[in-house]
Amino acid sequence: MRRSALALAAALVVPLAAACGSGEDSDSLEGVTITYWASNQGTSLEHDAAVLQPELEKFKERTGITVNLEVIGWDNLLNRILAAATSGQGPDVLNIGNTWSASLQATGAFLPFDDATMEAIGGRDRFLEGSLSATGAPGQPPVGVPLYSMAYVLYYNKKLFAEAGLDGPPTTWDELVEYGKKLTTGDQWGLVVEGANISENSHHAFTFAQQYGGDFFDEEGKPQFDADPNVAGIKRYLDFMGVHKIVNPSAAEYANNQSLSDFASGKAAMLLWQAADTALQQYGMNPDDYGVAPVPFEEPTPPGGRRINSMVAGINIAVFAETKHKEAALELVKFLTSDEEQIILNKAYASLPTVHGAYRDPAFQTDTVKIFQEVLANTAAPLPAVPEEAQFETLVGTAIKDLFADIASGKTVTEADIKAKLAAANAQVTPSS
Amino acid sequence: MTTTTAPITPVAPASPGAPVDTPRRRGRAVRRALTPYAFLLPALVMELLVHLVPMAVGVWISFRELTQFFIRRWSEAPFVGLENYRVVLDWSGPTGADLVHSLFVTIVYTVCSVGLSWLFGFTAGVLLQKRFRGRNVLRTMFLTPYALPAYAAVITWSFLLQRDQGMLNHILVDQLHLVDERPFWLIGDNSLWSLIMVAVWRTWPFALLCITAGLQAIPPDLYEASAMDGAGFLRQVREVTLPMLAPVNRVLILVLVLWSFNDFSTPFVLFGGSAPRPAELISIHIYESSFITWNFGLGSAMSVLLLLFLFVVTVVYLLAVNRRRRDA
Amino acid sequence: MREARWIRVTRVVVLSLLALFTLAPLYVMVSSSVKPLADVTDDFRWWPSRLTVRPFVDMWSTVPLGRYFVNSVVVSLAAMAFSVVVAIFAAYAVSRYRFRGRSAFSLAVLSTQMFPGILFLLPLFLIYVNLSRITGINLYGSRLGLVITYLTFSLPFSIWMLTGYFASIPRELDESAAVDGAGPLRTLVQVILPTALPGIVAVAVYSFMTAWGEVLFASVMTGESSRTLAVGLQSYSTSNYVYWNQVMAASLVVSIPVVAGFLALQRHFVAGLTAGAVK
Repeated sequence: MRRSALALAAALVVPLAAACGSGEDSDSLEGVTITYWASNQGTSLEHDAAVLQPELEKFKERTGITVNLEVIGWDNLLNRILAAATSGQGPDVLNIGNTWSASLQATGAFLPFDDATMEAIGGRDRFLEGSLSATGAPGQPPVGVPLYSMAYVLYYNKKLFAEAGLDGPPTTWDELVEYGKKLTTGDQWGLVVEGANISENSHHAFTFAQQYGGDFFDEEGKPQFDADPNVAGIKRYLDFMGVHKIVNPSAAEYANNQSLSDFASGKAAMLLWQAADTALQQYGMNPDDYGVAPVPFEEPTPPGGRRINSMVAGINIAVFAETKHKEAALELVKFLTSDEEQIILNKAYASLPTVHGAYRDPAFQTDTVKIFQEVLANTAAPLPAVPEEAQFETLVGTAIKDLFADIASGKTVTEADIKAKLAAANAQVTPSS
Repeated sequence: MTTTTAPITPVAPASPGAPVDTPRRRGRAVRRALTPYAFLLPALVMELLVHLVPMAVGVWISFRELTQFFIRRWSEAPFVGLENYRVVLDWSGPTGADLVHSLFVTIVYTVCSVGLSWLFGFTAGVLLQKRFRGRNVLRTMFLTPYALPAYAAVITWSFLLQRDQGMLNHILVDQLHLVDERPFWLIGDNSLWSLIMVAVWRTWPFALLCITAGLQAIPPDLYEASAMDGAGFLRQVREVTLPMLAPVNRVLILVLVLWSFNDFSTPFVLFGGSAPRPAELISIHIYESSFITWNFGLGSAMSVLLLLFLFVVTVVYLLAVNRRRRDA
Repeated sequence: MREARWIRVTRVVVLSLLALFTLAPLYVMVSSSVKPLADVTDDFRWWPSRLTVRPFVDMWSTVPLGRYFVNSVVVSLAAMAFSVVVAIFAAYAVSRYRFRGRSAFSLAVLSTQMFPGILFLLPLFLIYVNLSRITGINLYGSRLGLVITYLTFSLPFSIWMLTGYFASIPRELDESAAVDGAGPLRTLVQVILPTALPGIVAVAVYSFMTAWGEVLFASVMTGESSRTLAVGLQSYSTSNYVYWNQVMAASLVVSIPVVAGFLALQRHFVAGLTAGAVK
């Protein structure tokens, strides 16, 4: 009785269907239907659908392939991907956050874009090198191609700067502190941070560590969160609130994008963020009132420090390995990464194209876009492309959140404190063989 | 016409203690024995399918190294025996120490939120027994938090509790001047009390619901008899209401404790995805150790340990409660 | 009747305090739903700077509430109906019969509440996918899968609670029905159910609300067409900002039918053995 019960349970749980060979479809792709999971890039899921639907209609006219679109919010996307990878039941094409690349690559559930596949969608050279660097672990074929790109920049309130007698944005951290002090008066603060948001924290930790010559994983991929340069970099970031007091202590609890509304309402004069234009305008800020500048550097450059002021942020598009319509899926990828579509989509989402060809459009030749482009091309680096990347984000991001909370409640946080916290985080990394 | 009077065959007298064993009687006995199982069957099938088999899979996973490398062909994940358990239970290591810490936090959280929720629910339930004008409206208003979607309710509280822009600090600091320094409610030591407050707000209406239903089943003659004995309000509550409500309370409190222990959405939404250390509940801890880090083996091991812990607590509770019932 | 004064006073004080506690966040929700977005991101104000019903209008276009509403209602009602019936049968068996496996079943069912919900997610999804492959009935991405999931989720509490309510119904009633020649089913329907009605109502409410508000499983098990309100409500918070006022407006609108249901249900709380009133 027990054995047959076990067998029944096993039959329910172990997939019966043999792994479907993604055999080539019939010669013509007419009438094929594929499923595409898009991520939320616009102002709402409906907005995303409204942007993508006409393009997918265009795609159908040209290729005869019908695309079933589902837009999935960020809260759920990773869970859905997990369920799909585990069960083999998923979409054909999907968006993924580029920081997930190494982890998803390790699952083997996504099609590797080897040279042949790259050729099939138009070739590697079309893509920006910077964006391509965030598509998986080095030395292995990428697990997708970049679709939308983003980078961190410094937003600054021109009106408040003028009132404080400041000419332009700061270019070094010392300048930022100096300006910040002048801008911190009464209810107004120089800078705002999203202190309780662990991914934001981890992104900034990465950038600061880079500038101090630090790495969170060594050459063998082993974690070294508490290395001295990392500690020094993170201390620089924390000191804005703790030592220089140019950040509102309340920012230690910001996790719902209050930074954006603080900046929009003039409560803070500077903000480090990815593309915030649409959001700021939703909050009623006049685009003439703020400016965009590259994120400052540490001057003088610390020993070993790199000239990096942003992570490579963005969305990649990947193909599910279990897809039964590989050709059709690749056609969609090719379509969405074509110059023409890149222009349309990135305009709609206020992000940056990932292919060189799209930049000829005047919309991507404004000063702001040039700043983003320059950052992506020259001073951006991808987050560590190791399978433990998600653990890095969670553990280091949480450590910084806890440190901000300590600072906000009045405690002094020394380098030793930071090192201890990072060491504890480091010890919790479970290696994925 | 000849009437034949057939001789009356005497039926064997049914002597007590010696029933005649006929096939019909045997069939009926079998049917009676099977009746409870028949009634139980639908529930059993559903539970097996949706709850018990997945739990068994979860236990199976806890003995394997199931990371992102293996989720695609999870049945082939390597067997690592008790390795996951060893990592989790290593008190000196950070993972183990964190688990112990979140266990303590969760115990405090559970005791406070269940205790207060039950207390509020019981008090309001008893006080609302008397019919007065507006009673139904008041009761409905009390039940409203239970009607709200969890996400909206908790996000409203996170709004309320904001340091600079929240209503609570606005009242405490700006209007009543009760405190000078603007306190934090969503980070730091206060965060646990905020979490408890939100949990009680959402849970006590449910306690009210169940207790009100239970109160309806108490016959008024019991109260009358007790009143004739000279019992006042409080004595009546102690001698009539509480004992009669005991079966309901027993289950209610146990289930509230179990749910509170596993509560995930309240801290997750209140603290924007990652809880501050003083309020890190075990459910969040397990989530961060498995879903976020792709290490399902470890998360499953923690879940199994939690299951064992709660199982022991439950069995002890049930034994204690049943003994009291037998003694009473 | 002869109610002591201190009881009356206590009643007023306690109920008022509880009312304040309940109302404060509700007030924030209601007032935020008629505020323009700027108000909601600024310092707290008791009263909106200007009243606007824009959030109530905009919320339909940000999220397709209508479709989600229908899905939620269908799934929740179905889950509630089946769950209550299954639970009644099971509770009747557990409370009225002694049989082998009684404790094992009760404990097994209770133990499902001791396991973190998130860890059921992937195994359950796997089971549904494989069942769908074997039987051809689509269990994931469909409302059916959700109904089956939710009805089972509310079973443990429902069974235990109903067992408790049934247990307080005196056996004499059963026995007199048996003397009248009633079999177990008739006893259940004619004797137990009417007496335990308040308990059944409570359990039905619980089943409905569990299905209505569940997010995690709905987010993974539904597609565009079968998505429920609970998941849809999350969509008001996007990558860069949260439409606070629309979330509040949508939550209120979504809760109104449930609250109206509660008000209507009050009547059933008075049914049963007595209109229990503490003197």
